[in-house]
Amino acid sequence: MSTGTPTSGSGRQGTAPGDGVAGTTVLGAEDVARALTRIAHEVVERNKGVDDVVLLGIPTRGLPLARRLAQRLAQVEHVPAEQLVGSLDVTMHRDDLAHQPTRTIGETYVPGDGIDGKVVVLVDDVLYSGRTIRAALDAISDLGRPRAVQLAVLVDRGHRELPIRADYVGKNLPTATAERVRVLLAETDGEDRVVIEGGAR
Amino acid sequence: MTTYLLTGARPLGGDPTDVLVADGVVAALGADARRAGAQVVEADGLVLLPGLVDLHTHLREPGREDAETVESGTRAAALGGFTAVHAMANTTPTQDTAGVVEQVWRLGRDAGWCDVHPVGAVTVGLEGERLAELSAMARSAAAVRVFSDDGKCVHDPVVMRRALEYVKAFDGVVAQHAQEPRLTEGAQMHEGVVSAELGLTGWPAVAEEAVVARDVLLAEHVGSRLHVLHLSTAGSVDIVRWAKARGIAVTAEATPHHLALTDDLVRGYDPRFKVNPPLRTAEDVEAVRQGLADGTIDVVGTDHAPHPREDKDCEWGAAAFGMTGLETALSVVQEVMVDTGRLTWADVARVMSTAPAHIGRLTGQGRPIAVGEPANLTLVDPAARRVVVPEEQATASVNSPFAGRELPGRVVATFLRGRATVLDGALVEGTHR
Amino acid sequence: MRHLLSAADLDLGEAVLVLDTAAQMAATQAREIKKLPTLRGRTVVNLFFEDSTRTRISFETAAKRLSADVINFSAKGSSVSKGESLKDTALTLQAMGADAVVIRHQASGAPHTLAHAGWTHGAVVNAGDGMHQHPTQALLDAYTLRRHLVGDGGRADATGRDLAGVHVAIVGDVLHSRVARSNVQLLRTLGARVTLVAPPTLVPVGVHAWPAEVSYDLDDVLATGPDAVMMLRVQRERMSSAGGGFFPSPLEYTRGYGLDARRLALLPDHAVVLHPGPMNRGLEISADAADSPRAVIVEQVANGVAVRMAVLYLLLAGGDTTRGRDEGTSRAGDGQERTDVRTDETRVHA
Repeated sequence: MSTGTPTSGSGRQGTAPGDGVAGTTVLGAEDVARALTRIAHEVVERNKGVDDVVLLGIPTRGLPLARRLAQRLAQVEHVPAEQLVGSLDVTMHRDDLAHQPTRTIGETYVPGDGIDGKVVVLVDDVLYSGRTIRAALDAISDLGRPRAVQLAVLVDRGHRELPIRADYVGKNLPTATAERVRVLLAETDGEDRVVIEGGAR
Repeated sequence: MTTYLLTGARPLGGDPTDVLVADGVVAALGADARRAGAQVVEADGLVLLPGLVDLHTHLREPGREDAETVESGTRAAALGGFTAVHAMANTTPTQDTAGVVEQVWRLGRDAGWCDVHPVGAVTVGLEGERLAELSAMARSAAAVRVFSDDGKCVHDPVVMRRALEYVKAFDGVVAQHAQEPRLTEGAQMHEGVVSAELGLTGWPAVAEEAVVARDVLLAEHVGSRLHVLHLSTAGSVDIVRWAKARGIAVTAEATPHHLALTDDLVRGYDPRFKVNPPLRTAEDVEAVRQGLADGTIDVVGTDHAPHPREDKDCEWGAAAFGMTGLETALSVVQEVMVDTGRLTWADVARVMSTAPAHIGRLTGQGRPIAVGEPANLTLVDPAARRVVVPEEQATASVNSPFAGRELPGRVVATFLRGRATVLDGALVEGTHR
Repeated sequence: MRHLLSAADLDLGEAVLVLDTAAQMAATQAREIKKLPTLRGRTVVNLFFEDSTRTRISFETAAKRLSADVINFSAKGSSVSKGESLKDTALTLQAMGADAVVIRHQASGAPHTLAHAGWTHGAVVNAGDGMHQHPTQALLDAYTLRRHLVGDGGRADATGRDLAGVHVAIVGDVLHSRVARSNVQLLRTLGARVTLVAPPTLVPVGVHAWPAEVSYDLDDVLATGPDAVMMLRVQRERMSSAGGGFFPSPLEYTRGYGLDARRLALLPDHAVVLHPGPMNRGLEISADAADSPRAVIVEQVANGVAVRMAVLYLLLAGGDTTRGRDEGTSRAGDGQERTDVRTDETRVHA
């Protein structure tokens, strides 16, 4: 349903289809694709190419986003995409394990010969409190010593609890804490869409 | 002494009648019983049994008063409907001399809740090597007639033969704890499917059966009577059945727990279910019930074996063997034998009073309910149901395997030679000393 | 999982989850920095009533790699040998705030009693009890088998896979072996087929109820081409009369049930040889077999650490409202999962 109380300038485009995800769709498939393409270009521009860049996706949904970014970078720079992307599971570095049901540990792998001296671009779907990224920074330091670490997220919904900010943002999405932001991706959910649920909207 | 009129009681579960208890005897039955001045005990619908006799208890005194005393054990016995109990010899010091058995006998008399008949040890210190002074115990004030190393087996065949022969001089009986020691070294539970899964050293049925078979043949050879304690396996029941058919003077006992519980209960490693002989399979339980129903097994004995809490509040391997039973025995027998139609109340009187009294050569116990007979009586309400709460029992220990379980039947009153030890299901304090 | 007392506690999904988690743990152990912060602030007590340096060190390493505090409590030289009961020991550990108790005890069922008698609120991990169970050994064996036998011999990802179709021969003193009991149950849960091979004296009465076949002839079983042979330790004292007289002589045992070069050659090319250790070289296994490329015995030790890390993680990392640790936290991290699922698949940014 459309909302009469928008808290941001973003257009909210009606309810989700009957696939179990109710709420307001804030990004459609084309919006997601455009955002990723833009981020890919920003990564190339900022790092003057991709020679030393390693994209590390944070499971679950950061990983397919990282893979998509890698494909875009590969097209631009003509290198194999799989050499650009890895997976970084941060579960074992989280500070909130005792407060949640036991999590399944995801896979961690690094392409090529590691991350020492490289520019690591962390990729996640939503940036919120910053705690996942804090855990990711710790996890990275166990893997090696990169020259720099950058952060790319599809959605930044605010409410940071730590001094962390993203270098590349697909969409800034101001929210209320009572709301829930869900990123749906074709690889994991069958469709590309970003939805806001709950709250007083 | 108070005179009691039991109104509407059903002797051995038969037709209701009034029963007058006076001067220590059954003074009158039926219409003659209505006499002024008697204290009336409403007994409509209640079953009247001869006072129960237990051939097999461990009262732990002297030596383990932290588990039970003659006083606490006989209070439990009275509440369970017993008017006579035999106290096994594995005390400290062992009941292997006239002095010790007389001490226990006197403790029983002083307590006054039921008759206490000490069992004499067969061998000195229960060591299985040298006969104890059986004759001296028989001729003591305790007049011992039942001899047993219970807890241990008289495993040496020559010692067993000598004991069987020797007690003939005073009409005694050897009560054997049938357990081949070599086959049960380190044994923790019945050997079978459950022990294989739980990794507990097995206690094979054959360790019991081999000794039962040997002993019935020895008893036949020397012409003595033999009593086999706590039959627990189908094979043991078969052997005793065969021996009786052959005319061998063997009697046998079943415990309430071997009539009701199986080795499946060990799966939780709860030491309350650790007992010697061990709980067996459902097939064994059925065979023991059948043996009791068809008369192969003569008596129910409780093997009441109290233990202090710390001996059960530990891992299985470190826990003591044994279960309490005096206050639940009659209910268990009712549940598994009477309520299932396999025994009548008259049969219960036989297996829990008449037969054990006869085996123990007790003259005043296990008598018919008839005018002039000693008034050793138990009044049971078979319609009552109760949940077993060990902490509320009179026994000093709480190791009941029936804790938390609902059982039928309640002992309403117990009379010891005309004196009420229990009325309204509670001990009658202060009148018995 | 609240405790790990028996291999039978695990259903197929849980068993595979432990193996998958162990695989991720193993990956971290290949790195230069092996220590993870995951269980920081948690206390793991190794409560060993029976000597077992290997198992204790394995659990200790696992706990330390996850940054848990480790307290080693050995019965030798402690108050236990002065007659202190399991109960009092447990109450002491509870007072010290043990989040997990890893217990090795000579009495079958002692971990079960510890977990259920209300003496401790921590998770109980059975590190071997009498002749009953040794579930982490079975898990590390299953992990080792999966690595070698599933997913094209370890070349493809085995994540999520069980051991369906794998045939394992367990050879030796089954009667006294907690390793055998745990393995029979776990291998069955994972879909493997098990054949027990032992002299009849070392097979328990009641084995017919186990989900395994029994053979008295090792050569016959090897001829059927098992995918793995698991040799059990045989104690030399079992042959003596005092030890039960289970076999006439070590030499006769070795002839019938020892794995030597000749028998090793009977195995299919892909088959592996396991042994829980410590080995009696020359009795149940010859040096040829123990040191052959098919023997994965040393790898089992390394896998033991990963599997025990996985077990400690799964028992201790999750939130437990009964521990009262949730107070004062209205929000969790970025993940914000409020759902009760274990996987990350429904990650919600609330």
